[in-house]
Amino acid sequence: MSAAATRASSGLQVRDLTVTYPGRPPVEAVRGVSLEIARGEIVALLGPSGCGKSSLLSAVVGVVPPSAGEIWWDGEDLTRVPVHRRSFGMVFQDGQLFPHRTVAGNIAFGLEMARAPRAAREARVAALLETVGLAGLGERAVSELSGGQRQRVALARSLAPSPRLLALDEPLSSLDADLRARLGEEVRQILRATGTTGLLVTHDAEEAAAIADRVLRMADGRLV
Amino acid sequence: MRISRTATLAVAALSTLTLAACSSGPEAPDASSAAPSASAAPTGTVTVVTHDSFYVDDALLASFEEETGLTVELVAPGDAGALVNQLVLTKDAPLGDVVYGIDNTFATRATEAGVLAAYSPAAPAAADAASYAAPGAEDLLTAIDFSDVCLNYDLAAFPDGAPAFADLTLPEYAGMVSVTNPATSSPGLAFMLATIAATDEDGWLSWWEAMRENDVRVTASWSDTYYTDFSAPNYGGDFPIVLSYASSPPFEVVDGEPTTAAMLDTCFRQVEYAGVLEGAENPAAAELVVEWMLSDEFQAALPESMYVYPVSSSVEVPADWAEYAPLADTPTTLDPARIDAMRDEWIDAWTATVLD
Amino acid sequence: MTPAPASARLWWALAGVPLLFLGTFFLWPAATVLWRGLVGDDAGVGPGAGLAEAWAVLASSRTLRAIATTAWLALAGTAGSLVLGLPAAWALSRFSWRGSRTVRALVTVPFVLPTIVVAAAFSALFAASGILGGLGLDQSPVAIVLALVFFNVSVVVRIVGGAWEALPPGRSLAARTLGASRWRAFVHTTLPALRPAIASSAAVVFLFCSTSFALVLTLGGTRVRTIETEIWIQVNQFLDLRAAAVLALVQVAFVGLALWVSSRASHARAAAGVATARRRGPRGRERWAVAAALLPTLALLALPIAALVERSLRVVGGYGLDHYRALLVPPARTALPVPVWEAAVNSLVTALIATAMATVVGLVTAQLLAARSRRAGVLESLVMLPLGVSAVVVGLGLLLTLNRAVLGVDLRGSWWLVPIAQAVVALPLMVRALVPAARAIDPRLRAAAATLGASPWRTWWQVDARLLRAPAGASIAFAFAISMGEFGATVFVARPDRPTLTTAISRLLSRPGLDNAGMAFAAAVLLAALTAAVMLLSERLRTTVGAEL
Repeated sequence: MSAAATRASSGLQVRDLTVTYPGRPPVEAVRGVSLEIARGEIVALLGPSGCGKSSLLSAVVGVVPPSAGEIWWDGEDLTRVPVHRRSFGMVFQDGQLFPHRTVAGNIAFGLEMARAPRAAREARVAALLETVGLAGLGERAVSELSGGQRQRVALARSLAPSPRLLALDEPLSSLDADLRARLGEEVRQILRATGTTGLLVTHDAEEAAAIADRVLRMADGRLV
Repeated sequence: MRISRTATLAVAALSTLTLAACSSGPEAPDASSAAPSASAAPTGTVTVVTHDSFYVDDALLASFEEETGLTVELVAPGDAGALVNQLVLTKDAPLGDVVYGIDNTFATRATEAGVLAAYSPAAPAAADAASYAAPGAEDLLTAIDFSDVCLNYDLAAFPDGAPAFADLTLPEYAGMVSVTNPATSSPGLAFMLATIAATDEDGWLSWWEAMRENDVRVTASWSDTYYTDFSAPNYGGDFPIVLSYASSPPFEVVDGEPTTAAMLDTCFRQVEYAGVLEGAENPAAAELVVEWMLSDEFQAALPESMYVYPVSSSVEVPADWAEYAPLADTPTTLDPARIDAMRDEWIDAWTATVLD
Repeated sequence: MTPAPASARLWWALAGVPLLFLGTFFLWPAATVLWRGLVGDDAGVGPGAGLAEAWAVLASSRTLRAIATTAWLALAGTAGSLVLGLPAAWALSRFSWRGSRTVRALVTVPFVLPTIVVAAAFSALFAASGILGGLGLDQSPVAIVLALVFFNVSVVVRIVGGAWEALPPGRSLAARTLGASRWRAFVHTTLPALRPAIASSAAVVFLFCSTSFALVLTLGGTRVRTIETEIWIQVNQFLDLRAAAVLALVQVAFVGLALWVSSRASHARAAAGVATARRRGPRGRERWAVAAALLPTLALLALPIAALVERSLRVVGGYGLDHYRALLVPPARTALPVPVWEAAVNSLVTALIATAMATVVGLVTAQLLAARSRRAGVLESLVMLPLGVSAVVVGLGLLLTLNRAVLGVDLRGSWWLVPIAQAVVALPLMVRALVPAARAIDPRLRAAAATLGASPWRTWWQVDARLLRAPAGASIAFAFAISMGEFGATVFVARPDRPTLTTAISRLLSRPGLDNAGMAFAAAVLLAALTAAVMLLSERLRTTVGAEL
């Protein structure tokens, strides 16, 4: 695979990515994975827990440094670019909402970081609340929300700064089956509507099928 | 603010000292004779190292600063014993220029260690000071004040007059006496020395042994013995005889009547000295400070500010002192060199006899 | 998932802040005393003989007895503080009622009172004619232990109470729905979750007890000798730096042991700091339980404080407010260069500066320790050291090292040494309060901020700083209170012309006369009131996050 060829592609390219956690002995969680995701495509990484899928996702987003390999976007090498300059959003398994901020405050966070003007920020927050079905709940404290509502806020928050790629780490696994099915469909529609490229990590084949265009299976640190 | 004030004073200093050299006012020591080693008038800052009981009236200090143009910095790194030890430990980089507060129970430790530079003051009171000098260290330490460490008693408990030192070991005085530990308290050390001086070197321990059997109470510090234990009406403790100073009774006068008195046959005379520190950055200024401490103003303020008697015979003590704080006629004392040689051994023996 | 490791270079650069501060104002001074005592000139003999004699000091029966006394006094003080403190922590962290905030603040007051004054109050209680004179505890080790508990029970209440507040109530409720009795639910769910906090508080109390000085000396009538009192006597009376150094090393070993035990026990620290249970009013029989849990502690705290107040009101022939008036308008014959109110202002200013220093260094340190690692462990031990090293050694060390210009800065005799010495003392407690809170912040919360475009600095400001505000607020108040009450190290560097409340009190107590004694006790009451006010204020500032100290 030549560098020129890599640069020519659009969307995400991951090349021979390895993630090793220090320890005695060191744990190799991801072992030389390569994959590509076209712009606008939603790809699911499916596998049992401990297969390295979350580590792969974290390395793509940049919150875990890879020990080897490269991450490219639209022909730009992002491997050494810090998380906050990648414009990759992430939805965490349990939301990880900021406990000291309201619902609206959480969603506005990324816009504040991008120094968006207040009016634009408020409009965008209102629109996203509408999108995730939480219109009118902006001033609520996040501790007052149900599990499903929290994940909706997490989704809205990650979409607010219009990321090029949205990473979703088991976004629905903490919810009950009924809600999971309903929300899965909504997530897919929202990603479609916003044209966001998605990389979903899940251990649930149904969820993968419901949200993603393409499903990749992972086991023992490798794609299978 | 401090800096600009210093600068102003430094300028003023030159003019004041020029004047001082021509005037013969008693408060301004004659610079040429008082500080023979200083070829130029001292300026800048002088650091006075003292014990933590040092107190001088602001106005008195300000007038000294004004007269000399010096800025006085005070540091007080602990009590009298700690002070000497710290001076010894910091000999190579002294804590200041001049020390006040070394007493005769620790004087030799300081002089032997070489922390002091020779200086003989020229102030008129120097002649009085000389009679309190530490033998062998006359040129290193200048006596400034003294006090008598004595047992005090509650007048109400002894209407027939002061109990005698010799009687304290009798059963009728059981549980009546509170003293301080010589290892942790300066008056405690002085009183232990009083018992050594009053009896003889073999007898003192048997006196203490008898006192132990008589339930003598030992505390860590003077304030524990005086404020907590003393049965005097002001404090209401359980002990009618406590260790304190000959100068304490004036403070216990209630409605014009004394309530306590000192047992003048139990006194040890504690003398406090000042001296120029070896390696001082501003030795000439340090000498001026020693002169100042012998001045009438400073001497006269001593009873009120530090509750001690001035060495100068030309100043008056306050009226209530004259009435209620008579000094011992024949206070005991010991040669500082002997104290220094034996101090630790005596304290160990005392501890073994009284506490262990 | 592990958090992205902060760059090692950044870590070390930030570590420069606590290392430089502690290195200059603690390690170097303390090491200088040890060095001079063990191998330097003051050892008096060659290095080899010096060490041999050091061993002789260590093996002497006097030293061994002091070690044994220290160990058992500290253990008894710690046990007593836990016995009284745990029920009080339960009552104050689970329930609220009218006045509960005041009780919480009051419990902290003893911790910062000057020991000389409290020792005097305790002596008065235990004296033959005192309220507790009948117990025959005067000058007994039991009296010392009671006083140690008096001082340290607040540490247990604050540390354990903070953790208790942070426990989700659901856990023990869940156990109870599974059929566990109230007691079993406590033993099997609540206690294990509290274990780290209990261990942490026990370690801190143990350290305080083992380095307590004035209390042991005064209440033990100098008959009870500990490592700390021996160090003081060796330095201030016998000028035997070798013995002092050997004893100081024994103390460091003590500290190390206590911290090691504490860190073993608190390793599995629950990351529960953020979720907070609401306190509620006690109902029915709970009222009695709350009363029973608090009464012994309140009685122990109230008696000496009442004795203190009584003595501050005592005037010739009765009671009156004369001594309080004298705090504002000094009597004609005074032992102080300034009125006491000015000393109180000095105290406040000094404590503010000391707190600011401890806060800056403490926040940086807590951040460095948030992620566990080997280097973080070393740094943590280092920051905790001042808790267990004799104030005499630190104070003397400051004198020995900073009595000349260092790198062009001349702090000799400087007033700045006072807040610096206090900051060194307050820092370990500050860090101890902040680190668990910093560790309780889920690293993924920072990752979430980063994926939303926040730079590392903005992540710190938007996430860490916000979430640490409440525990920092509480620990800042505590550091402030500690600075107000610190005496042991301050006395070495204090300036006689600018007394603080504590040095003013000690000065007043060194002069005869009811006026001086009364003013000293009134000043102590003022100090207690100021401290209580500061703690009360911090109680009001506590919001979402359970504070540790």
